[in-house]
Amino acid sequence: MLKQMEGSRAVAEAVALCRPEVICAYPISPQTHIVEALGEMVKEGALASCEFINVESEFAAMSVAIGASAAGARSYTATASQGLLYMAEAVFNAAGLGLPIVMTVANRAIGAPINIWNDHSDALSQRDSGWLQLFAETNQEALDLHIQAFRLAEELSLPIMVCMDGFILTHAFERVDMPTQEQVDAYLPAYSPRQVLDPDEPVSIGAMVGPEAFMEVRYLAHAKQMEALKLIPAYAAEFKAVFGRDSGGLMHTYRSEDAETIIVAMGSVLGTIKDTVDEMRDSGHRIGVLGITCFRPFPVAAVADALRQAKRFVVLEKSMAIGLGGILAVNVRMAVTGMGLKGYTVVAGLGGRAITMKSLHALFRQGEKDELEPVTFLDLDWKAVNKQLEREKAHRRSGPVAEALLRDVGIVGARNY
Amino acid sequence: MFQVRIHGRGGQGVVTAAEMLSVAAFDEGRHAQAFPSFGSERTGAPVVAFCRIADREIRLREPIMEPDAIIIQDPTLLHQVDVFAGLKQDGYILINTSKTFDQLGLGDMVRDWNPARLCTVPAMELALKHVGRPVPNVPLLGGFAAVAGVLQLESVIKAIEERFSGKVAAGNVAAAREAHAIVKAEMEQAVKGDVTHA
Repeated sequence: MLKQMEGSRAVAEAVALCRPEVICAYPISPQTHIVEALGEMVKEGALASCEFINVESEFAAMSVAIGASAAGARSYTATASQGLLYMAEAVFNAAGLGLPIVMTVANRAIGAPINIWNDHSDALSQRDSGWLQLFAETNQEALDLHIQAFRLAEELSLPIMVCMDGFILTHAFERVDMPTQEQVDAYLPAYSPRQVLDPDEPVSIGAMVGPEAFMEVRYLAHAKQMEALKLIPAYAAEFKAVFGRDSGGLMHTYRSEDAETIIVAMGSVLGTIKDTVDEMRDSGHRIGVLGITCFRPFPVAAVADALRQAKRFVVLEKSMAIGLGGILAVNVRMAVTGMGLKGYTVVAGLGGRAITMKSLHALFRQGEKDELEPVTFLDLDWKAVNKQLEREKAHRRSGPVAEALLRDVGIVGARNY
Repeated sequence: MFQVRIHGRGGQGVVTAAEMLSVAAFDEGRHAQAFPSFGSERTGAPVVAFCRIADREIRLREPIMEPDAIIIQDPTLLHQVDVFAGLKQDGYILINTSKTFDQLGLGDMVRDWNPARLCTVPAMELALKHVGRPVPNVPLLGGFAAVAGVLQLESVIKAIEERFSGKVAAGNVAAAREAHAIVKAEMEQAVKGDVTHA
């Protein structure tokens, strides 16, 4: 049924349709609306067989999810930013134990400086935790990915993060097609755990493993993620058969068949990129798009195939490996090793900096002419940066950087439109 | 695509207004996207929300920098925030005030503007009268339905009734209808050349 609703609400309703049995969460912007809505549903009795557990921290949220999942309950939580970092130890444990928890990450920057706005730093900081990571382009895809995620997680016995851009998607009202309970039930079977704490058939979960078998356990986790590379497209195809739309999968290409230049990105910025590419196509530019939906496992072979015909690729990412450049870009570069493609990294939109069509037009034209630096920082205020560098050269006690920049450029959140 | 930017202060229902606008457009079978400016919203602080309306899927995610219409929920923002930034030439301006554009000090800015696109409505008074609370967002939406012609008043009323219930819904519907009538009359006067508000 078509509805006009907030992204957070859409995800909450989709999660409810998946019949979760335990939801535990701690509030943090921009994720809060999702678990608030789920909490209301549990309280109203709309989610009869679900227990909503208020916890005292994100570390507790993930710990409860681990316990609930190990006891055989379909378990869900959501977080963002500092909350994800605070639960990090348990995040690795959930994956290491092979527990199929589904978690929404409402992507937000990481401090310091503290910043509530969107980028992908939070999820990508956990890229090697062993969780699968799926990135939604729209609110429709966000809600669809949650339905697919429970199925995938439980089949693989691995946890999955569904990542959606904080505020840009979570707080956006837009049209979504909300599935029916019958559709979701037809797609998502009841949870049949591969391992469960069952008094009738006792096992222990969480053994200490020494050098004799640790690498093998780790390798098996890797092997499972490689298996996911086959399951993800298969489940997306089945999703299409039941729900009638393309959602999920490893990646989506757009106007890339004869493209010489391909822009690679993840998440909601793909919409702005596609609109820009449409305008450039209209004036004869051979440019296309590769949207990565599945960041973990990273679809190395599929990315290589998608880029093979191009002359160059530009990875535009809302994340940064400080001291290196890009994170997504490094993954893409690995996929195209030896293919002789020119590749450029563009770090953009950190901490909620708007990514505009105007900037993308200029950037992509530079990319087409191979005029980009290996690493570009889109719309960086070089004047502000250089002023601070001068200050640091001139004064030993130059003071805290963030405060100095704010004095130079204006109040927090001053340039939001 | 028609793009609206709404300026107000935390507590005035700025974000709700953008969301309801998108619901009204959706009810007319159109695509719409509403989103807040993602600031650290606090009561009284300047807040911005956006709404795009189109006949095809809206993929663009940048903030609205060149709006077709601006709704100003609090005229004291005129002296604090560049509310008109990027407004298209002859774009629609709707301000919550009982003053004229001249009295607000905007006379020079809009001297050559199409007068039928410059509207004011005392939304705060209408909200107090009909709802009993100083929240100007919903009457302004009624006024907006008159000014820009991109939405029918009845769609706005449907969106109000989806969002609120009981006395609050009824009061807001009455306020929106009165605001719509006021703005419509202003525009008709402006078209006749009898410009009282600019």
